[in-house]
Amino acid sequence: MSTQNPVIPTKKTGISLLPLVSKNAVPILFAILCTLAAWLAKMDPWFLASEIITRLARNSLLVLALLIPVSAGLGLNFAIVLGAMAGQTAVIAITHYKMTGLWGFVVAMLASAPLAALLGYLAGKIMNRAKGREMITSMILGFFVNGLYQLVFLFLIGPVIPMQNRSIMLPSGVGIRNTVDLFRIEKVLDKLWRPIVLGVRIPMGTLIFVGLICAAIHFLMRTRLGQQMRTVGQDMHIAGVAGIDVDRTRIIAMIISTVIAAWGQLIFLQNISTLNTYNSHEQVGTFAVAALLVGGATARRATIWQAIVGVLLFHTLFIVSPQAGHAIIGVPQIGEYFRVFVAYGVIGVALALHAWQSRKS
Amino acid sequence: MVSLWEELLVVAYALEMRSITKQYFGNTVLKSVDVAVKPGEIHALVGENGAGKSTLMNILFGMPVIHQTGGYDGVIQIDGVDVKVDSPARAMELGIGMVHQEFMLIPGFSVVENIKLNREISRPNLVSRFLGSKLETLDLNTMGKESQVALDKLGIDIDHWAPVAGLPVGYMQFVEIAREIDKHNMKVLVFDEPTAVLTESEADLFLESVKRLAGLGLAILFISHRLEEVVDISNNITVIRDGEVVGRLAKDAARVDRIAELMVGRSVKQSALPPRKKEPSDDDIILQIRDLAVDMPGEKLQNFDLDVRRGEIIGIGGLAGHGKVALANGIMGLYPGTGQVIKDGQKLPLENPAAALKSNLAFVSEDRRGMGLLLDDSIEDNIVFSSMQIQNKFLKKHLPWPSTHMRDAEAIRAYALDTIRDLDVRCQGPNQPVRRLSGGNQQKVCLGRALALSPDVLFASEPTRGIDIGAKNLVLDLLVEINREMGMTIVITSSELAELRMICDRIAIVYEGRLVGTLDPTASDVDFGLMMAGGIGTGVKAG
Amino acid sequence: MKKKLLDFAAKMEIPRLIIVGFLLFIFAVAFITGLPLDSLFSASLVRVGMNGVLVLAMVPTVSAGVGLNFGLPVGVLCGLVGVLLSMQLDLHGFVGFFSALLFSFPLAVLAGWAYALLLNRVKGQEMMVGTYVGFSSVAVMCIFWLLAPFNNPELVWAIGGRGLRSTLTLDKHFAKVLNNLFLVKLGKIEIPLGLLGFFGLLCLIVHLLFRTKLGLAIKAAGSNPRFAEAAGINPDHTRIYGVILSTVLGAVGIVIYAQSYGFVQLYMAPLMMGFPAVAAILLGGASLQRASIGHVILGTFLFQTLLTITLPVASRVVQGDISEVARLIVSNGMILYALTRGERREIA
Repeated sequence: MSTQNPVIPTKKTGISLLPLVSKNAVPILFAILCTLAAWLAKMDPWFLASEIITRLARNSLLVLALLIPVSAGLGLNFAIVLGAMAGQTAVIAITHYKMTGLWGFVVAMLASAPLAALLGYLAGKIMNRAKGREMITSMILGFFVNGLYQLVFLFLIGPVIPMQNRSIMLPSGVGIRNTVDLFRIEKVLDKLWRPIVLGVRIPMGTLIFVGLICAAIHFLMRTRLGQQMRTVGQDMHIAGVAGIDVDRTRIIAMIISTVIAAWGQLIFLQNISTLNTYNSHEQVGTFAVAALLVGGATARRATIWQAIVGVLLFHTLFIVSPQAGHAIIGVPQIGEYFRVFVAYGVIGVALALHAWQSRKS
Repeated sequence: MVSLWEELLVVAYALEMRSITKQYFGNTVLKSVDVAVKPGEIHALVGENGAGKSTLMNILFGMPVIHQTGGYDGVIQIDGVDVKVDSPARAMELGIGMVHQEFMLIPGFSVVENIKLNREISRPNLVSRFLGSKLETLDLNTMGKESQVALDKLGIDIDHWAPVAGLPVGYMQFVEIAREIDKHNMKVLVFDEPTAVLTESEADLFLESVKRLAGLGLAILFISHRLEEVVDISNNITVIRDGEVVGRLAKDAARVDRIAELMVGRSVKQSALPPRKKEPSDDDIILQIRDLAVDMPGEKLQNFDLDVRRGEIIGIGGLAGHGKVALANGIMGLYPGTGQVIKDGQKLPLENPAAALKSNLAFVSEDRRGMGLLLDDSIEDNIVFSSMQIQNKFLKKHLPWPSTHMRDAEAIRAYALDTIRDLDVRCQGPNQPVRRLSGGNQQKVCLGRALALSPDVLFASEPTRGIDIGAKNLVLDLLVEINREMGMTIVITSSELAELRMICDRIAIVYEGRLVGTLDPTASDVDFGLMMAGGIGTGVKAG
Repeated sequence: MKKKLLDFAAKMEIPRLIIVGFLLFIFAVAFITGLPLDSLFSASLVRVGMNGVLVLAMVPTVSAGVGLNFGLPVGVLCGLVGVLLSMQLDLHGFVGFFSALLFSFPLAVLAGWAYALLLNRVKGQEMMVGTYVGFSSVAVMCIFWLLAPFNNPELVWAIGGRGLRSTLTLDKHFAKVLNNLFLVKLGKIEIPLGLLGFFGLLCLIVHLLFRTKLGLAIKAAGSNPRFAEAAGINPDHTRIYGVILSTVLGAVGIVIYAQSYGFVQLYMAPLMMGFPAVAAILLGGASLQRASIGHVILGTFLFQTLLTITLPVASRVVQGDISEVARLIVSNGMILYALTRGERREIA
């Protein structure tokens, strides 16, 4: 998955810790921060562990969805929000048709895939018109499609798009409710296999699914297509000269990313089991990107492990920072704003570094 | 009549390009050019920048730029068979390979990955059986072995799994070549200025490999500005000038000075220039340059000494890449430089464009559209810009601080109208954006901007590049007029020796970043040829 | 004639044509359904004056070659601190208004300078970095609002909470001082001459600034840094001036916005402030490389009129508040269009 060569034998001249530390400075810094905050917050370690495991299962796939566009040189794909919206559309559809359980969930996955692929295709087309400023474009695209999503689900459902199931609609008969109860698919994937290890309930079903996606990404990057993506990601001009269809490769990367994001949102929703129709997806891009960066990734290089470590650290900080804020200054909001700051700040710093580095080279 | 023997000879060529003619928008850039290369032959293609070498290579590679502009006339044969090269992919299929001047390598990839770029070897797997060959798994092992074979052919020993980023420049070149010869049907290999970026020892190693490749039966087309190495390694040399073949030399007839002479061409008849009241002399030096080094990419200058006489027109000549344009760019502070430049007894700080301009030096850049103009701004704003910024002219002084002075629209308009009239800028009016002007008229605006500074010394870099013939003469006449009427000292740099010889009092020749000597414009072609190839001619004046 | 029409269409560009067409359509619907057009028009004039300066803040950065200033919240936050200081000191009326401007000025210069230094290091990615610098500074200031030592009881939570209230009323301070200055009635249409005049004055100042020696240097370095360098100008310096000017205008803009609105909103409220301003100037015809005062005025007028008129008209047709959704779609659609239309290539 890395954009570096997978097989570079390096000469070992004794074991040195220093390069290892400087290479992983960001995750190490955040690990220290998390430990400190957890210690200050005086959290119950078992509670913390089970929260972290839950969030790992819930959020990993959305972060993994970012990996392929990074490899293909599109940078951090804030437009995974489009995938999230595709996932939510599918969830609304299966809730409307009252589908239940694992089958309902599988139907939602199958239904969201073509929609997400279409959105990913369009997003790829747009990215190809905005080469060199993909990230800001993907972010604005997310906002824009969010507007269209709201238009459809707030105003067009009912008068334009007929819907019979009044239970998920606003009392006026126009638009979907702000919250939709997803009890029909509540934790269906988590519950497939949920062993208790050392007193912590582990949503093994979801973790296995996430693992399968990881394996698929790993496999993809070792195929011809994966190599083409990495080539395009390193240098579009050279890739073009070598006969690779650059635009097409970038579109494929966007499609895969958007489809994974749609499934990621489905996993998120089955765990939360409530759909905030107009909010659940909004911060998906920001938080996923921030988590990936906390894991030590950059806009040009990201690995599966960085994604997973990032989710662990970022969400640990999320859990403990309000209590830590309360413990330090007595104002819990401080922790809340602090984690917002971390999310935005880490993205800001990473982007600045990215721009700085790409200018130097 | 073509004898059977000659026909057989024709068939023996690996590559033959016959009567290649190419026009860009009615402008003929190649006129019936013939080039033929046999297997095992190293054939050099030399010519000045803009002579048509790259157009010829673009045709050979079927580059889109050729086909978007109406294609070409003539015949290309590979192994005696007519071929139509309509895309780079087709060129590759036909066995034509190219080692680019700028490396087409991905630094983060290993040597193997670069050699096998988009030609990876892969194995089918379960997924690829359903979703197509794009999803086949890479066979890194075989890729590594085949790459090693290609590297062995070049006689190069490098760790082929190491990333390219860490390799010395010379080795990067070898990776490029290895990629070409790894293509199995490779017949013709083109090198585009391959040694331009190499150190001397790297270049030697490289030339050895080229000979080795020719020994394997490849036909090699070699483009270079380093004439010694051309003479050293090629079997045949074709010289191109202004889109025409002006000379073909076999190895035994090839001499560096002879090639240089062919490249730059014969002198045109020099029309008498108007006389001056006082001719410039060595007693009155306006600009003293000592030990100047300028770090301009691709045009480095070093240990450069020159005295510029007050009131003269001095030409700076030399082949492309030898550093002639770096002189003006360095003195004007646009590229890092060291050394001493003394103007009228005052030491000029380097790397400081404002200081150079304030010392009454002005510059017309060779990069007209990139550096010379604000394309979307009006003619008048372009003309007065430098003068306004440097000399606080054309401003209304309401407040004590110069930064807050407002532009003086009336003064600007009046001055611009004068300039437009004096320089004969063909335009709709002073507020027309310069983007809409023709190349020649844009150049006049650049000149107008420099003249608005009323400088003592005007540096004009390639002032006639990219403008049509009529406009070229107008610009040259203008320079002579400025020199004679205002007594302005002019330092003109040009790739066209002929035009330097038309208007200059003397011409300094730069070779490999150093001044070789100065020549009288009436000196013989042989002297110019020799000097551009780094030798000292007979007509040399004290430099 | 047909060619002229096509030329006109090309000059107007498709999105702007759609918006103008849509506006005309809305006006027609409003007229037919008997909505009070005059009061709607009055409201849109107020909103032009209220938002105009924030849009104006885009001009210096675009001219200086930094692109659209998505980091506008940096200036906005400085303006908010100015307003709070003025309130803390219990200043009223124009004294309060101008002291808010005065307090925010040095802050904006300083913040703009620091922000510019960062932007100079990330050339090519200014918009993205700017967005997140804006977002992060909003988050940092959230913590500041919680901890800042303001003690005027109007500003802080009365009991229970800590820190500043999230919405503060300016009623007792300088709410609508500009709005009510020289309010002229023309038939049924109210024209806030004071507010519009102040906006106009700032436009004029910016216009004149870009005709000074320094202003011309900033513009030249923005459109062609290598040209400027050859003329002895340091583009890094001119970019700094542009960003500082933009940040100061952002601060001034939010003070005007606040007096017009009558409230100050803290915490996450300034987060998205940059986007409507960016969208408005693009709607006025600006691009990533070129922006003028004319673009500001036209863009603000079109954008704000669209928002004021759409809501009452749409509420007759659909249920619920569609204006927020319309704002999302129009503003982000406009920005998306500008990002993807590529560099303008003219053939000589």
